[in-house]
Amino acid sequence: MNPKRSLLRLFSHLDMPLTTLLGLLLLLSLIVVASASGENTDKILAHLFNMGVALSLMLIVSQVPPQRLMQFALPIYALGVILLLGVAVFGDVVNGSRRWLNLGVTRIQPSELMRLAVPMMLAWYLHYRQETLMRRDYVIAVGLLLLPVGFILKQPDLGTALLISASGFYILFLGGLSWRVILGLGAALLAFLPIVWNYLLHDYQQKRVLTLIDPASDPLGAGYHIIQSTIAIGSGGWLGKGLGSGTQAQLDFLPERTTDFIFAVYSEELGLLGNAVLISLYAAILWRGLHLASHAPNLFGRLLSGAIILTFFTYAFVNMGMVSGILPVVGVPLPLVSYGGTSMVTVLIGFGIVMSVATHKKLVKT
Amino acid sequence: MSHYRLIDPDEEFQNYRRRLRFAGLVAGLLFLVLFGRFVWLQVLQYERYQSLAENNRIALVPALPSRGAILDRNGTALAHNYSSHTLEITPSKTGGLEATLANLSRIIRIDPSDYKRFRRLLAESKNFETLPIRAHLTEEEVARFAVNRFRFPGVEIRARQFRQYPFGATFSHVIGYIGRVNQKDIERLDESGQLANYKGTDHIGKMGVEASYEPWLHGRTGIEKVEIESSGRPVRIISRAPPMAGHEIYLHLDAKLQQVAESTFGDFRGALVALDPRNGGVLALVSKPGFDPNLFVDGIDPANWGLLNDSPDRPLINRALRGAYPPGSTIKPFMALAGLELGVRRPSDTISDPGYYSLPGSRHRFRDWKKDGHGLVDLKRSIVISCDTYYYQLAQQMGIRNMHDYLAKFGFGRKSGIDLDGELPGVLPSPEWKQKRFKQPWWPGETVIAGIGQGYNLTTPIQLAVATMAIANGGNVYKPQLIRAWRDPATGKTSYAAPETLSRIDFKPEFLELVRAAMVDVTRPGGTAAVASAGTPYLLAGKTGTAQVVGIKQNERYDESRVSARNRDHALFIAYAPADNPKIVVAVMVENGGHGGSTAAPIARKVADYWLLGKLPEALKPEDAETPETELEDSPPPEAEAVAQPTDTTATTERPNP
Repeated sequence: MNPKRSLLRLFSHLDMPLTTLLGLLLLLSLIVVASASGENTDKILAHLFNMGVALSLMLIVSQVPPQRLMQFALPIYALGVILLLGVAVFGDVVNGSRRWLNLGVTRIQPSELMRLAVPMMLAWYLHYRQETLMRRDYVIAVGLLLLPVGFILKQPDLGTALLISASGFYILFLGGLSWRVILGLGAALLAFLPIVWNYLLHDYQQKRVLTLIDPASDPLGAGYHIIQSTIAIGSGGWLGKGLGSGTQAQLDFLPERTTDFIFAVYSEELGLLGNAVLISLYAAILWRGLHLASHAPNLFGRLLSGAIILTFFTYAFVNMGMVSGILPVVGVPLPLVSYGGTSMVTVLIGFGIVMSVATHKKLVKT
Repeated sequence: MSHYRLIDPDEEFQNYRRRLRFAGLVAGLLFLVLFGRFVWLQVLQYERYQSLAENNRIALVPALPSRGAILDRNGTALAHNYSSHTLEITPSKTGGLEATLANLSRIIRIDPSDYKRFRRLLAESKNFETLPIRAHLTEEEVARFAVNRFRFPGVEIRARQFRQYPFGATFSHVIGYIGRVNQKDIERLDESGQLANYKGTDHIGKMGVEASYEPWLHGRTGIEKVEIESSGRPVRIISRAPPMAGHEIYLHLDAKLQQVAESTFGDFRGALVALDPRNGGVLALVSKPGFDPNLFVDGIDPANWGLLNDSPDRPLINRALRGAYPPGSTIKPFMALAGLELGVRRPSDTISDPGYYSLPGSRHRFRDWKKDGHGLVDLKRSIVISCDTYYYQLAQQMGIRNMHDYLAKFGFGRKSGIDLDGELPGVLPSPEWKQKRFKQPWWPGETVIAGIGQGYNLTTPIQLAVATMAIANGGNVYKPQLIRAWRDPATGKTSYAAPETLSRIDFKPEFLELVRAAMVDVTRPGGTAAVASAGTPYLLAGKTGTAQVVGIKQNERYDESRVSARNRDHALFIAYAPADNPKIVVAVMVENGGHGGSTAAPIARKVADYWLLGKLPEALKPEDAETPETELEDSPPPEAEAVAQPTDTTATTERPNP
């Protein structure tokens, strides 16, 4: 085969509008990471490298037909659960929580793997059972969701646990879980909130929620981050202070300014206009992603693509919400903008799946 | 049924799309909420967050002025600053003070006394204050800490200015000392509107010249507008109003003269005041014992404080200003002038002294110090031999009211107004005073003993010096002044303090000459201070005095050897020299020194010897036979040119630095 044509075929599995939007977002990310890191060349290069790796993985995953992906669902999920078990037993404690597994050569965070493995597993299960779908299947699906979530909550990593739960919920929701059950579960959750509060949440998690309600109650402790990031955003004004000129960012008043709180840097330096651009980009990605999902050829593809796109939205919303002070600080990066390889790889693999599903139509019979 | 089946894949597909659309709608709404939040923060609340961000980033850092030095008339530093490194802790930033202290002590020596002082400061301070733990770090210690700095948040090394008093105890009562600003100081500064100027200042003048010229010495605090990091570390200076250093203050004091005066006291307690009779400048002011003012600068430790405060010698009392003693016979020259001027005595009048005086109609005998009396005594001789009987009689004839009014002209009974705090007015008794003080009438016998400076009379050494100055300079009662000049470091201009005349006494020249001649004869063979004054190449005029500490009963004799050391008489001597052109006035008081002629007069003599001849007493002679400095800077500018007091900065004539 002509190598030139095969290269073209390689790109034929990319959805161009979506890829363009993602590229624009990554460009924005590069600029803001450069500014937030104080134009640290090492960090910028590492960020570029991460992008390269993540984009390559997206490209590769987009080549994999959905049927093949379906075959991976169970093994990846099983591996993830085993690794989570390993973490619970042998894991390294960092910053008071047990999230990392030391494999000798490298340390991994199995909960990251589960961000994709859980929706894949649930989508596969519902797809597998679609001919004879019973209420019991939803119960089993919830069980499949709660098993890893339980481990992750135990670490404890509330943010990841909540977001994985969300992705699982999206699968169930798109898979036709009846409204009555959803509302019933919601009511039950509300009823159990006091129990969750008292028995399941750690002190520091309780404190985060409390300081969200009134950050001023602990201005030097837990409330400090929220207060400082809110000040950063507010002082950005219409047009921002200019790249590299955000005083909150550059003078170290913002915590985690290249990762979880990068949005505060962006917002301070580029202002409301910048925020409008960013939200528009996210909305466009959401729109295009949902469009692709709605045209997916089979149930697995539909459920998984839809859940991936909605989870992507959730990450963005939760991050911006927490940095601007309307959601508790849960430690979620801003997807595709924050510095950090793991998140970028997970997110772009997700988009690779969405593209694979969207571009392998003709090979799939409905 | 507990299960259902998807009947129609198409219906399932439509259902899926509905749900997806619903989710997309919710997501879009949430984005709108988020955007609403941004509009709220960045548009509606912009001003507020903008100013919060500015407050975060900008710190106003006081730039401390360097405190003015205090120098003697020749430019010798009596109080000056030196720079040194201190290790300072901000307890609130350490994140565990005890651990920090423990780790710190592993790389830098911290003595128990350092800990103690730190704990005391800690107890007094607010949490966010920065407190010194170790001063005077060596270069090596500075380097060692710099390497380990990252391990110690909230700990830093600062270059600080320290106050030092190179002469230690010699000037303790004059120069005083600075100490840490306390709550009382803050309240006082607040009242005077000076508090802002003390932002960042740790020390303030507590006593002596350091206290009385505090506003001058302190200078003006500058402000640096600094951009800071969240850690408080300054990144860059945005604007800067530089501090203005405090004024240098030049005193009339002569360091060497002061040393001479102090050393001549030996182990005696007492006080000495030396004035320039031409302008009231204080050439020396000694109160023995003194204390080391350096101990007070960073807060005196309880052990040293106890030693000073509980000592029976009371080293913290400035005897020159607060030591009120009976003037004894030193009152006689002033009494003599009173008698002459008021017409109670003529120079030629003589009395016959049988060794005692009795009031008319009374058998009580007021005894002379010489048991058998001095025989025929005229006014001049009454001073030379210090005849008590003469003055018993004179006082009785003059009456207490006249005596009070005339002696008051010399400044007795009121504060001299010297530029130091804490002066006492002493007592110049009168019937009115007694009525007010004791609610009792005045008795005639009290007038008699007042005539020889006993009874209710109490004077301070500075008062004696001021009164003697009036005889030496022909009637000018100047306010004694320590300050001679001050130099503004900003302009480099030096201004001189003008002499301040409190009052003028118009003596009849022949009366003044008579008393002056008598005072000269006091130091000549036959006079009460003859031995101490033998061989002076200049004319020394003086008067001895001995003040009783315990009363002696009618039939007892005072026997020095039989009285305990602390009940011995106080020895007094007032003097000026050269008598024909006075350049120095000295008043000496030696507590429990016995006789004025034998204990106090030699001290005054040595002081005059040094001042007029440059002669150092044995104890102070340098090892190598260096010629002592004899060249003395001369008097300040004439009155016409000199102007206002230092407290009035607007009305000064500037003169170039001499």
